Amino acid sequence: MKFKRKSNMESKISTSSMPDIIFMLLIFFMVTTVLREYSGLPIELPKAERIEKLESKRHTAHIWVSKDGLISIEDKLFKSDAVRHVMYEKRASNPQLTVSLKADLSARMEVISSIHNELRKADALRLNYSTKVKAPSQ
Amino acid sequence: MALRERKTRIGAIPEGGMADIAFLLLVFFLVTTTIDTDKGIGIILPAEGQEIEINKKNILNLLISSSGNVLLGGEPIAINQIDDRVKEEIRKNDKLIISVKAHEKAQYDVYIEVLDQLKKAKATRISIAETG
Repeated sequence: MKFKRKSNMESKISTSSMPDIIFMLLIFFMVTTVLREYSGLPIELPKAERIEKLESKRHTAHIWVSKDGLISIEDKLFKSDAVRHVMYEKRASNPQLTVSLKADLSARMEVISSIHNELRKADALRLNYSTKVKAPSQ
Repeated sequence: MALRERKTRIGAIPEGGMADIAFLLLVFFLVTTTIDTDKGIGIILPAEGQEIEINKKNILNLLISSSGNVLLGGEPIAINQIDDRVKEEIRKNDKLIISVKAHEKAQYDVYIEVLDQLKKAKATRISIAETG
């Protein structure tokens, strides 16, 4: 039996719409990229091994605590007893809120503890102590 | 002098390089975008006014002193041994609640290390007492 020879048609993928596709990808990446919103305070994060990822940036509020005990939310300094009002509003507008606490490793526990209390009063109970990754020790 | 008539030329922008330019932009954005996901130790604070009485037998006190020393159930312990000790205690009593209490001048990184150890020991019932 003879095989039929394939017709000698010239096949080409049209590349004229290639830039359009790539531009679309480009715009997609530009739109979905969330830039850092706040610069915070200069801190050195502690390290930990058993860490979790925060789910979404949209449901996260950050609190910075420097080693001198300064508390910063959205680049404004707050006294420790004023945190509850800010966090209460954030919690009210977003019930899924997780608070990410970025505290310096030599911060004092009295500041951390007062933030705990403020968050409890503001009903923002999901807390995440922001840390760096430490290589597991074996 | 007669004006020279301009030649009518067919002008076209070469489209072949367009894709390359767009690709270059795309790669540039992909490379420069740093996705800094926040990572850390997650806990859930107890709601206000939800204090419940717990049998003393089920509480294991973990104290952090101002100098960074740790006492587990009244005895001093090295931070990297908390993991094993707590695991053992939980095996004995699965209702065990570990109550972490830090001195107000204690350093935050000691506290984080302790929490990390408790997470390693798979302790889910962690209570954070107010500083004192």
